[in-house]
Amino acid sequence: MIGFTLDEEYEALRRTVETFARDEVAPVIGDYYEREAFPYEIVARMGKMGLFGLPFPEEYGGMGGDYFALCIALEELARVDSSVAITLEAGVSLGAMPIFRFGTEEQKREWLPRLCSGERLAAFGLTEPGGGTDVPGGMRTTARLEDGHWVINGSKAFITNAGTDVTVAVTVAALTGDGEISTILVPSGTPGFTAGKKYSKVGWSASDTRELSFDDVRVPEANLVGERGRGYAQFLRILDEGRIAIAALSVGLAQGCVDECLRYVRERAAFGRAIGEYQAIQFKVADMETRAHTARLAYYAAAAKMLAGEPFKKEAAIAKLVASNAAMDNARDATQIFGGYGFMNEYPVGRFYRDAKILEVGEGTSEVQRMLIARHLGLPAR
Amino acid sequence: MNIVVCVKQVPDTATERKLRSDDKTLDREAADGVINELDEYAVEEALTIKEAHGGEVTVLTMGPEKASESIRKALAMGADKAVHLSDEALHGSDALSTSYALAQVLKKIGFDIVLLGSESTDARTGMLAAMLSERLGVPQVTLANKVEIDGSSLKAQRLTDYGFDRVEASLPAVVSVVEKINEPRYPSFKGIMAAKKKPVEKLAVADAEIDAAKVGLAGASTEVVDFADAPPREKGQIVKDEGDGGVKVAEFLASKKFI
Ligand SMILES: Cc1cc2nc3c(=O)[nH]c(=O)nc-3n(C[C@H](O)[C@H](O)[C@H](O)COP(=O)(O)OP(=O)(O)OC[C@H]3O[C@@H](n4cnc5c(N)ncnc54)[C@H](O)[C@@H]3O)c2cc1C
Ligand SMILES: Cc1cc2nc3c(=O)[nH]c(=O)nc-3n(C[C@H](O)[C@H](O)[C@H](O)COP(=O)(O)OP(=O)(O)OC[C@H]3O[C@@H](n4cnc5c(N)ncnc54)[C@H](O)[C@@H]3O)c2cc1C
Repeated sequence: MIGFTLDEEYEALRRTVETFARDEVAPVIGDYYEREAFPYEIVARMGKMGLFGLPFPEEYGGMGGDYFALCIALEELARVDSSVAITLEAGVSLGAMPIFRFGTEEQKREWLPRLCSGERLAAFGLTEPGGGTDVPGGMRTTARLEDGHWVINGSKAFITNAGTDVTVAVTVAALTGDGEISTILVPSGTPGFTAGKKYSKVGWSASDTRELSFDDVRVPEANLVGERGRGYAQFLRILDEGRIAIAALSVGLAQGCVDECLRYVRERAAFGRAIGEYQAIQFKVADMETRAHTARLAYYAAAAKMLAGEPFKKEAAIAKLVASNAAMDNARDATQIFGGYGFMNEYPVGRFYRDAKILEVGEGTSEVQRMLIARHLGLPAR
Repeated sequence: MNIVVCVKQVPDTATERKLRSDDKTLDREAADGVINELDEYAVEEALTIKEAHGGEVTVLTMGPEKASESIRKALAMGADKAVHLSDEALHGSDALSTSYALAQVLKKIGFDIVLLGSESTDARTGMLAAMLSERLGVPQVTLANKVEIDGSSLKAQRLTDYGFDRVEASLPAVVSVVEKINEPRYPSFKGIMAAKKKPVEKLAVADAEIDAAKVGLAGASTEVVDFADAPPREKGQIVKDEGDGGVKVAEFLASKKFI
């Protein structure tokens, strides 16, 4: 039962993505980041490699892998860059997954092949300007049924992959009755649906995040994803899984900090020695490696439970909490080790520093993870 | 179309590579084994040819047990099956005997086109394509950066010092490729999983009618007599520009006979 060595095919995937990230992403991503440009070419190549189809069956154009395979790919990408990693994470686990898990056969046949190929992206619209943690409390977006069509009004905030040139749809959570939340698929380009201008973000600068507005947007009744009134439960399931994915991405960033520092501390000299010879530096690097390693074990454990079909909510929350902490701490230590260069955007650790913070916020804040863990320990909800 | 790609496993160029002190052959256990980089281009070209003309792609490797990792990678990229020639008797083979052994296997399995990398990153003789075509009695097209199959013949562009040659050859033929020819695909997860189920035929020398006396250290017509570590890189010389920097740099280059 105990065993944490990757099976041969996961290891082969890990190595493939590691090579791709090193050879194809690392040399060019800094420039996209600086220009805050979406890396279409890189995303297309990730699509060709089949990364967007990783957890989906072959009949829908997927790779016949599983969620853990996706996590491995996310970790290796984020070791080099988080913008491309979050583009993959949001495209697969937020964009395509609700359609796969809850959609009708017809919806799956229509949307999944394109999404699995990475040629097209879908987004996930849950958060609203009025609240991301207390979703039901903050939800203002409504959808009412009118002659066989949903008519949607409202807005969504911070939606990843929502406005790229290749985005084809957003799954939107909306009130379809008093306290009743449902999920509806809205194709890009539907009249009345607009993706606003890109936010200017602290990090993830080469990823696409936008505010969405819905002004009497009409889509066919058949665009309901899953059961009417089950929207919130569906999103919670998607977010539980997504936490393991964000944990994997966080581990990648934490490990990327170690990679960069190991190189730098051997090269950089002060007072006549490489700084890596000073114990104060060695201990920092040792702590960083320890954080990355323990966080990895946490997400492996959560993924193992999920794949075994066992409850994994608590493990996913723990993994996300530990891993996002590890990413933040390692990013801070790595920039410290790099000195002034660590504050420069042209160094990967500068990017890691800017990219780490959101990991403690997106797909459930650290407070939310603690609430979930406490709930599982039997402590009362207020 | 029966396409065979010769794939060699070599030590990762990013790791330290050593020769063994006992028999002066490469220490293949000491370093991580990877597919010879140029052979990935050969595999890609094979897959492209198959996609356009149909047929089957077979990977052919001569090497120790460990070389099966490289075979699996080529299969994950999309090759259909593999032949792995592995035998203690082959250890220490030189280019002549390697070409003899591979040619024996190729005669046994048959081919319309044999694709190779134009050289390996470890031994780098770059001779195998020529030797194979001689042994098999078929045309050789080396250093190809473009290949088009046209019925029973092929047209290719050969990279040269002055540009390129346009050549034609009848099939079957042996072709070696350079990296300008294409961009090798990354294996997909589907490919990785499918590779586990693809057939890999293991051959020992006797299975391919290879005369054991003509291969291995004993059968080699060349011998590594001695070897030494490459000298460590010397510290560079730093020229401080005090108005005469240009002159000093020129003097340095002249002293090394660069100018
Ligand atoms: C770059 C980026 C990409 C994003 N992508 C998407 C996306 O694709 N789809 C999507 O739907 N959303 C997305 N989000 C939204 C994200 O999930 C939310 O920002 C997040 O869930 C927090 O919601 P909020 O911003 O409304 O904060 P709030 O909910 O307003 O929280 C503010 C603070 O209050 C704390 N808090 C709230 N309730 C409690 C409590 N009971 N006890 C203690 N503390 C509490 C929170 O932890 C937080 O610290 C994205 C956000 C960003 C920045
Ligand atoms: C450091 C070192 C020095 C050596 N020096 C010599 C020497 O001086 N003379 C000598 O004769 N031998 C030498 N050898 C032996 C060497 O192992 C053989 O020459 C080798 O097996 C074939 O030559 P190559 O790798 O240079 O082939 P190349 O002609 O450089 O390789 C071209 C292509 O041939 C194919 N190929 C090569 N080997 C195999 C294989 N085993 N299986 C499948 N496909 C293959 C690949 O497609 C490859 O891209 C040396 C080996 C080493 C490690």
